[in-house]
Amino acid sequence: MTFVLEIRDLHVSYRSREGDLRAALAEVSFELRAGEILGVVGESGSGKSTLAAAIVRLLPATGHITRGAVHFEGKDLLQSEFEELRQIRGGRISLIFQEPSLALHPTLRVSEQVRQVVAAHKTASKNAHRERTSQVLATVFPEQADRISRSYPHQLSGGQRQRVLIAQAIACGPRVIIADEPTASLDPTTQMEILTVFRTLREKLGLAMIFITHNPALLTGFADRVLVLYGGRVIELGPAGTVLASPRHPYTKALFQSVPENPGERENSRKTRLPSIAGDWSPASTRREECSFAPRCAERMDVCGERKPNLLNIGESHAVSCFKYEN
Amino acid sequence: MKTEASIGGQACRPILKVERLEKRYTRQSLSGTREELVALRGIEFSILPGTTLAVVGESGSGKSTLALCLACLEQPTSGRIWFEGRDISQLAESGRREIRPQIQLVFQDPANSLNPRWDVLEILSEPFVLQKRTTIKGMKQRAVSLLERVGLSSGIVARLPQELSGGQRQRLAIARALALEPKLLILDEALSALDCSVQAQIANLLMDLQDSLGMTYLFVTHDLAMAAHLADEIAVMNCGRIVERGPAEEVLRVPKHESTRELLAAVPRIPRTPNSVTG
Amino acid sequence: MRYLLGRAAHALFLVVGVSILTFLFTTLAPGNYFDEMRMNPQIAPETVAALRAQYQIDRPLPVRYASWLNSVVHGQMGYSFAYNSPVAPILLMRARNTLLLAITATLLAWGIALPLGIWSAERLGRLPDRLVSWATAALLVIPDLALALGFLVIAVRTGWFPVGGMSSLDFDSLTLSGKFRDLALHMVLPVAALVLSALPLLIRHVRAAVAEVLDAPFLLAARGHGIPRRVLVYRYALRAAANPLISLFGFSIGTLLSGSLLVEVVMSWPGLGPLLLESILARDLYVVIGGVLLSTLFLVTGNFIADILLYWADPRIRRESTAA
Repeated sequence: MTFVLEIRDLHVSYRSREGDLRAALAEVSFELRAGEILGVVGESGSGKSTLAAAIVRLLPATGHITRGAVHFEGKDLLQSEFEELRQIRGGRISLIFQEPSLALHPTLRVSEQVRQVVAAHKTASKNAHRERTSQVLATVFPEQADRISRSYPHQLSGGQRQRVLIAQAIACGPRVIIADEPTASLDPTTQMEILTVFRTLREKLGLAMIFITHNPALLTGFADRVLVLYGGRVIELGPAGTVLASPRHPYTKALFQSVPENPGERENSRKTRLPSIAGDWSPASTRREECSFAPRCAERMDVCGERKPNLLNIGESHAVSCFKYEN
Repeated sequence: MKTEASIGGQACRPILKVERLEKRYTRQSLSGTREELVALRGIEFSILPGTTLAVVGESGSGKSTLALCLACLEQPTSGRIWFEGRDISQLAESGRREIRPQIQLVFQDPANSLNPRWDVLEILSEPFVLQKRTTIKGMKQRAVSLLERVGLSSGIVARLPQELSGGQRQRLAIARALALEPKLLILDEALSALDCSVQAQIANLLMDLQDSLGMTYLFVTHDLAMAAHLADEIAVMNCGRIVERGPAEEVLRVPKHESTRELLAAVPRIPRTPNSVTG
Repeated sequence: MRYLLGRAAHALFLVVGVSILTFLFTTLAPGNYFDEMRMNPQIAPETVAALRAQYQIDRPLPVRYASWLNSVVHGQMGYSFAYNSPVAPILLMRARNTLLLAITATLLAWGIALPLGIWSAERLGRLPDRLVSWATAALLVIPDLALALGFLVIAVRTGWFPVGGMSSLDFDSLTLSGKFRDLALHMVLPVAALVLSALPLLIRHVRAAVAEVLDAPFLLAARGHGIPRRVLVYRYALRAAANPLISLFGFSIGTLLSGSLLVEVVMSWPGLGPLLLESILARDLYVVIGGVLLSTLFLVTGNFIADILLYWADPRIRRESTAA
């Protein structure tokens, strides 16, 4: 089993205005296998966007990677030189940000924006760049590639802009794509379209993907494995089928239950209270010596308030970080 | 399921009735050509008091325009809107100002609808100040009682919106909407920008408020699953028209229109097996 | 296209309006050129009266305006009492000198402000940026007059530069390259004064505009694509920050003529500034009107150029103004 990307014991903190360091990610370790789609489920405060940025070291000035390693193609990205890193970004590992309307330059044409990515990594001639650009755009826009490539972002719909971001991401044939909530601002049907685009790309190009979302339902039939983040830590990790159908961690269970029933399936659940998780995530509980979910956990035990649990295997490559399973 | 007859003897008259509503936008460009955009066409429906109507559709279907027209923030081009038996579609500004406290709007993104420079107290007091209805003393009391009603602690009165979480901000927006005791609350994608677990919390809050205050909701969304969970009736919109309308269960079990079927098919589903509930 | 024609018509309307207002105000102002003459005992009153009649001083206002307009159309722009010649040639020659100074100064100022502002924006909040901010603040505080005078003092003390004026006495006898050198030497100090007084505003605006863009999500996304720094800054950031800067550029063209007035007067540069000053004092009516009008024309042209540049640079503006 070859690992394309390996994250080991990653710790990321942000320096607050008062000067102290606040942990955003702690002890995050996982691998990404060749050609697999890893779904990362996380809500606000879980550190999911921090994870995406940290892998290619694109954190804001206040963010610091305090510990850990990111192994990719034989190098530790956290130790790489700047120029090496620049080559990898967009060239070997691509990042797709949230909010397609904001992630595109407002006054440059689509073709220009894709071409710039190609030009940043390939040393071929200008013509070769242009050819590659039209090739990539044709892959992502089976129809109307011509018109789209001449357009400006404000002339495109949300789904089209998202496809442009995807085009930019695959332009240089990367091995890994990290997508941070790529469908968050889209309609449900457009969402499905984009997921299909990703699936097709995985088949055609053999990409490995990290797909970050706050909605676990999107990962059904899409992701191979699922990783759940809470309070900056990995709390559950396993094959998608297992995690989605029978989650183990109390947070994961509660999260899945708070998604409304599939419409039209069960009659009596309409207009009843959704089982929801009490309270809000609080940064304070991640700092204290307790399980970050403990204050809100329905299955809380005494030991949960004493220290943080470890990520342990409970079955076929299914790992959970919860004292309930620590025997 | 609530039907007209089962609302225990209350008036079975709809609180809101819309007749042949149309909204067109015309744009005259500098080169002389006129562009017309028909946002709403022949919209007809009614809502019974104390119930929830969900209007679902994709972006561009016109549902947000509908919300704006009903909240008296846009004037319809033609057609009528009856609110509690009164025609509010062609009111002058003074009339609209009178009606607005009774129909309130909650937007998708509280970051855009809450003034970032005001603290919670000022935000909650604004509706009263605008309607010239309060004293300074009364303001803090009212603010605290509003906060309690939406499940926020009174300790946040001095905080700024950006210091609150997404769920807290949306609760604040709802609290502000409730300030003038409206009869109809229009929620325009009010849950869409929230995390899943927070959506569940706010959905529960809305249902509680409906039970305790008898609120009527118009819930505009593209999330059919949440609509299915909250609504008594569902109306499906496409290209400015209502293409299907009926009691929630009927529309979901036996969708008649293609748009409804498409929307249903596009709902992402978590595989639910008996294990997942008890774990 | 219609958009631009609309703007051009608007500009024309503005110029005509200003001409009327200027005419009105200057003729309404007390005194006229001939008052001086009248006080002069050596000139016979009949001469004064004849001159007055000749220049139509006593005709009603609309008549005078109409005949002035006529003169403008014929390319003369009225008559200068002091110089005893049509206004147009005098104005144009002086305007040429001013433009020489002002255009050089503008190009130089932008040429410094752009890279420096960008450099500062990239290091926002850190020491290099703070140093630049202090330096620009200091420059802002020094009055233009002090700068100009200061340079004059340098010229006198060091003898490296000519002390004012545009050409040396022996200008005409120099070779071509000699003439260039002479002109250049004369230009150094006034241009330096103009550049230094314009820099603070420009640098601050460039810095602010670029800093705002550097924070934008699309720039972060571009970094995520591995776009190299040069391209990021000059192709992405600058283009996105262009709007306010283009407006500023149009404004700096607009103030090309008026902005250099002080420096010209202090350094005896034979431009529009000194001409306007002496004409106002002498009540040389038509020169004053001509000068003001020329300034207005520049302001309007500057805005117009900014409009064209904005239209070209920002596709969103293009979209607003044509049918989709």
